[in-house]
Amino acid sequence: MAKLKSLEDFRDEIDQCVKCGGCRAYCPAFGAEKHEGRVARGKIALADSLLKGDVDLEEKFLLDMSQCLLCGSCYAQCPNKVHTEDIVAATRREIANRKGLSTFGKGVGTVLKNQGVMNLLAKGGGAFSKLLFKKIPDQSGLRLRFPAPFITSDRTLPPLTAKPFRERCPEVISGDADQPTVLFFTGCGINYMYPESGEALLKALKFMGVNVIIPKAQVCCGLPAVSAGAAETVESLAEENLTVFQQNDYDYIVTACASCHSGLSQIYPGMGEEFDQYKDKVKDIFVFLIEQGFADKLAELPKQKDRIKVTYHDPCHLRNHGITKEPRAILKALPQIEFVEMEAAGTCCGLGGTYSVYHYDTSKKIGAKKAGHIAESGAELVATDCPGCIMQLQDSINHATEKQRAVHILDLVAEVLPG
Amino acid sequence: MLDKNIIAALQQICGTDQVLTDKADLICYSYDATQKQYLPDVVVHPGNVEEVSQIMKLANEKKIAVFPRGAGTGFTGGSVPTAGGIVLGLTRLDNILEIDEENLVATIEPGVVTEDFQKAVEKVDLFYPPDPASLKVSTMGGNVAECAGGPRCVKYGVTKDYIIGLEIVTPTGDIIRTGGPTMKGVVGYDLTKLVCGSEGTLAVISKIIVKLLPKPEAKKTMLVLFDSIDGAAQAVSAIVRGKIIPTTLEFLDARTLDCIRRATDLDVPDAAQAVLLIEVDGEREFLDKQVARISEIVQPLGVVEIRVAETPAESEALWQIRRSISASLRQVNPDKYNEDICVPRSRVPDMIRKIERIADKYQIPIVNYGHAGDGNIHVNIMVDGKIPGDHEKAEKAVVEVFEGALQLGGTMSGEHGVGTMKAPFIDMELSANVLDYMKIIKRALDPNNILNPGKIFPSEV
Repeated sequence: MAKLKSLEDFRDEIDQCVKCGGCRAYCPAFGAEKHEGRVARGKIALADSLLKGDVDLEEKFLLDMSQCLLCGSCYAQCPNKVHTEDIVAATRREIANRKGLSTFGKGVGTVLKNQGVMNLLAKGGGAFSKLLFKKIPDQSGLRLRFPAPFITSDRTLPPLTAKPFRERCPEVISGDADQPTVLFFTGCGINYMYPESGEALLKALKFMGVNVIIPKAQVCCGLPAVSAGAAETVESLAEENLTVFQQNDYDYIVTACASCHSGLSQIYPGMGEEFDQYKDKVKDIFVFLIEQGFADKLAELPKQKDRIKVTYHDPCHLRNHGITKEPRAILKALPQIEFVEMEAAGTCCGLGGTYSVYHYDTSKKIGAKKAGHIAESGAELVATDCPGCIMQLQDSINHATEKQRAVHILDLVAEVLPG
Repeated sequence: MLDKNIIAALQQICGTDQVLTDKADLICYSYDATQKQYLPDVVVHPGNVEEVSQIMKLANEKKIAVFPRGAGTGFTGGSVPTAGGIVLGLTRLDNILEIDEENLVATIEPGVVTEDFQKAVEKVDLFYPPDPASLKVSTMGGNVAECAGGPRCVKYGVTKDYIIGLEIVTPTGDIIRTGGPTMKGVVGYDLTKLVCGSEGTLAVISKIIVKLLPKPEAKKTMLVLFDSIDGAAQAVSAIVRGKIIPTTLEFLDARTLDCIRRATDLDVPDAAQAVLLIEVDGEREFLDKQVARISEIVQPLGVVEIRVAETPAESEALWQIRRSISASLRQVNPDKYNEDICVPRSRVPDMIRKIERIADKYQIPIVNYGHAGDGNIHVNIMVDGKIPGDHEKAEKAVVEVFEGALQLGGTMSGEHGVGTMKAPFIDMELSANVLDYMKIIKRALDPNNILNPGKIFPSEV
């Protein structure tokens, strides 16, 4: 049985925090609102107090715990390597256990079941029709990312597709016999919002002769539910995906979404032994393509004369796992592009799973910094490797009344491939 | 718990949003890097000096303890609210008011983060040298209150050497100015220096006038590995005798190197028993000569290897050894007593030997590194709090380390201050009449003992 860790399981890790306060330099939420409750050190002190029974689940406690993007920026710089993002997620589950899901944030739990929310969704913003949203399963992370408060604001959203990606393609696409077989874990973002990026991925894999399986039975990775503290949802989604992983035969599981990559390679392995064997099979698409020699093939293409300036945004869930070079290597190899590095490419975009739903003001402040860095880089496009980031980056750029577009690297790759 | 009327009065002064009384909020302002926790009654974040003044007047009238706080990164408890009362958070006062390029002076508010200030002055080719390890988060107000140091201080001096004027709020709520933007000034007592390093016990700092230097054109980093601590220590003296003052002269002892070997894959040969990380700065053309001269001076002193960085990336790689210490130490034991004694630089090897004897006596790992150039040794007594008796052993060892430093003409704290952590030991270093002299000042300025009480002095003043 898939089982997430409880807050009690983090007792030792909580004790590892020596309160040096170094996290204050790196936490995007603290950067936007200089309150100690926003930063890792404060959250760990609060989690510690909760375990010791020194604090109740009072309003300020819930607010502080909701004010975390789970971006792991603090972990990346922590001298003692304390996983605050995991401690906060566990605290949110603890809150849900004690008070029920709906008391966390402003009712994240209700999103899963509530028909009224569905109706609101249909009303809010032209991007969504009730009909389209019905196509999204109840447990998809998109339901958590797009509850009512999210789409009634002045937010730029990609349209939901009338025909989800997995309905567009066959379950098995054969390549060359001597090439590996990959299971493409599409994630909800590509399936429902950016299907063309999924098609671009297939084009790249076809170009390399790679065999692809796209099981229709796969479901949301569960990361937004981790963010919401909805343990049972995460666990049941993980079980469903485990069945998919077990029933197919392949060499690797590839993702084109940083969040899915993190869910599959970081969250699942802690949930039970049966998940362990898949940890090393999960590969970000660009890590896989680089290993297959794709960058060299791209480099063989003649460089175009009028190249477009493109910068790269590191999704937190790739940066935290050390995946920073491969996406850049692909961008640099593309013939139609001049790659430019922006300042603070590795800082969070401000979406943070369900964070941006309930703290849109703070999320916008974090996004505004990012939009500034993008503009200063002189790039026309900001490319990344995560549908969530793309959505947030575009929203931030629009709020800054800038003109850049946020795209998936795969979209740029597809432009130069035949077929 | 404070009277409701007092909370209401604070809200009147600063606005409701800036007065925090919920338990969760109090927890978040209850600690610093000592990991000791004390719950305040209320946390207040004033937005200007007038508000600070009104808060102090109210607190003085009602005899409520006030604990000024910057980023809360101190190592001795300087900011923790040991007696409940008011935590006075100064992080909203975070403006750099002026960088005067003609007079090489800046005026800033106390909540400015040290590194932000350094970056701002470096943009116009100026330089603020003090560089405490916490500079990415620590505030300038905290740096002044604790008189922060750092690796660069061997050449450039410590925080107080750069503070030429202050605006302060007295414990009774008056707003006064000390010093000013001139390079010289001898009218009356030097109150600026009195407040620097007074650990928030004499005044709340509301404005800081800082002296700046021209930014050095370039720097060069080298790492020298020695076969003994004596070689490394002699090298420090020899370099200084050779009329070279490096920007940094950091040392790592054998036990520190052991930790690094165990915890990382950094290249530290077994033959190396001590390491000096040396940086020189100045005009580019002189740096190669200085590095060559240093190499020549240290060569006869048991050198295992000399590495010189030619690029910023190589320099960063050399610094990596120094930066990896903190995390590596945890491989030895989970908890540490982090002391920062200072001895005359020629006595560093004597001190290290004393510490080794103490470690053997108590059978407890003690790891030493720090700023060899100014004799400032970070003594890390590693314990496992879960093992019964470990803390008691460490506490005895701490006292002997202090005794050792004092015997060599040193001090029990070069950088971290006294706070609550060293208060019980202060009379080991300061005689009764010196302590009296200090207490008289404290009593005169803070008659009700409301400003950061319980710090520095072992008993209530």
